[in-house]
Amino acid sequence: MLDDFLTRAVLAALGVALAAAPLGCLMAWRRMAFFGDATAHAAILGVALALALQGPVVLGALAVALVMGWAVAGLGGRGHGADLILAVASHSALALGLVAVSFVPTARLDLSSYLFGDILAVSVGDLAVIWGGVAVIGALVAWRWQALLLSTVSPDLARASGIDPGREGRILTVALALVVAVAIKVVGALLIGALLVVPVAAARPFARTPEAMLALGALVGCLAALGGLWGSWTLDTPAGPSIVVAAALVFALTRGASALRESMA
Amino acid sequence: MSALIEASDLSVRLDGRIVLEDVDFTIAAHEIVTVVGPNGSGKSTFLRALIGAQPLASGSVRRAPGLRLGYVPQKLPLDPSLPLSVARFLSLPRRVPAQAAAQALAEAGAAGLENRQLNDLSGGQLQRVLLARALLNEPQILLLDEPTQGLDQPGSAAFYRQIEALRDRTGCAVLMVSHELHVVMSASDRVICLNGHVCCEGHPEVVAQAEAYRALFGTGTQGALALYRHEHHHSHDHAHPHPHAHGDADKEHAHAG
Repeated sequence: MLDDFLTRAVLAALGVALAAAPLGCLMAWRRMAFFGDATAHAAILGVALALALQGPVVLGALAVALVMGWAVAGLGGRGHGADLILAVASHSALALGLVAVSFVPTARLDLSSYLFGDILAVSVGDLAVIWGGVAVIGALVAWRWQALLLSTVSPDLARASGIDPGREGRILTVALALVVAVAIKVVGALLIGALLVVPVAAARPFARTPEAMLALGALVGCLAALGGLWGSWTLDTPAGPSIVVAAALVFALTRGASALRESMA
Repeated sequence: MSALIEASDLSVRLDGRIVLEDVDFTIAAHEIVTVVGPNGSGKSTFLRALIGAQPLASGSVRRAPGLRLGYVPQKLPLDPSLPLSVARFLSLPRRVPAQAAAQALAEAGAAGLENRQLNDLSGGQLQRVLLARALLNEPQILLLDEPTQGLDQPGSAAFYRQIEALRDRTGCAVLMVSHELHVVMSASDRVICLNGHVCCEGHPEVVAQAEAYRALFGTGTQGALALYRHEHHHSHDHAHPHPHAHGDADKEHAHAG
């Protein structure tokens, strides 16, 4: 069954959609959408380094995404205008990655596959990495969920309950770097941020609890993955961007529906 | 009696500015202590330092081992993208049975709000939900930051009576920050007048007479205090309205949040 490249593509896209949902929720609630972008963009630099050193791309992306995440989390906590710092970090990381890539001939060759993903080239080994990553992310988030949620609602309330919000933030950074590392092959560094935020944003109008938003977001992500791949197949469009377009369509639909509902109420 | 929380020489710096300097503080079980002070006097920072949410520039805070805190912040700014019902909020970080949640809400005066979204609550309702969540932890000490913001005068008075009754029933200590001196002081065992440092401290009536206190708040509040003094000794079952002659006192501290 896994011999079929389309089957592998579907499984890869579903895995990434599932892994992205909890992180996307936490990014949105913490007003950290740019943080996801910055971490994902940094992965390009990791890809360049990995190819230059002839190491595994996933590990390179993971390592640099982690470093970026920690650096930005440290800066952002010091109140210099977190949004601005994250925007600077995000754009700089991308530019630096692109410059670094130009020094590595092998990376230069298929730069676009790291920027936009190359889901139809997913191998069985890639699938193992993706679903292994999904399992680790799922376990990490499930283990820390209550503490992560309270730290998101209020770091002070977390402190008063004996939870260290800084530690939860570092766990979040690790989980995010993992998502970036497993998603880069599927949607590419440029669109990971979109895959994180768009499906859960589409789920928001119909959720009344954090868990409902997560579950609906995962569902929207999976639908977008299937729809995007189908669109890509029938219309011969690039797969990663097609998945994001599908998610954006669902977002437009749910927002429209909720606006309609409110205007009738 | 051993202290639940003890701070010595506590100093806090925010953006290079000294906000709190050499504050010594201790609170024991069953005590109600009120911190008063003008805006920007470091009251909220003081509470945050005591719960460990605010790094210290110097000094130390010692909490009794295993101390159960109930912290009620002044505000809870939530991103609108976060859907959070009251019931779900009460189950953070420890999941609680629906019945316990309902009971805590009733105790805090917020019965029946379980299914409302946190972002849809009024300021007063949110304060009560925050109090309910704090109570679910069976706190040994309650820390309340401006707990009556958004309540009218009779509402505030009722709230403080409720806190006093809670203390009498559970024996927990209460530390609260307030600017409503005339209402709050009658219920307090001890008042700390804070303005970056401890200006004066002691029994409410002593503090009200203190020169440092009068320098910060003027003398007019003293009359209002006298007006409410009777409350300290009364029983809690009365329902008659209070004499409403506190217009003068209100003018003295036109606070903006």
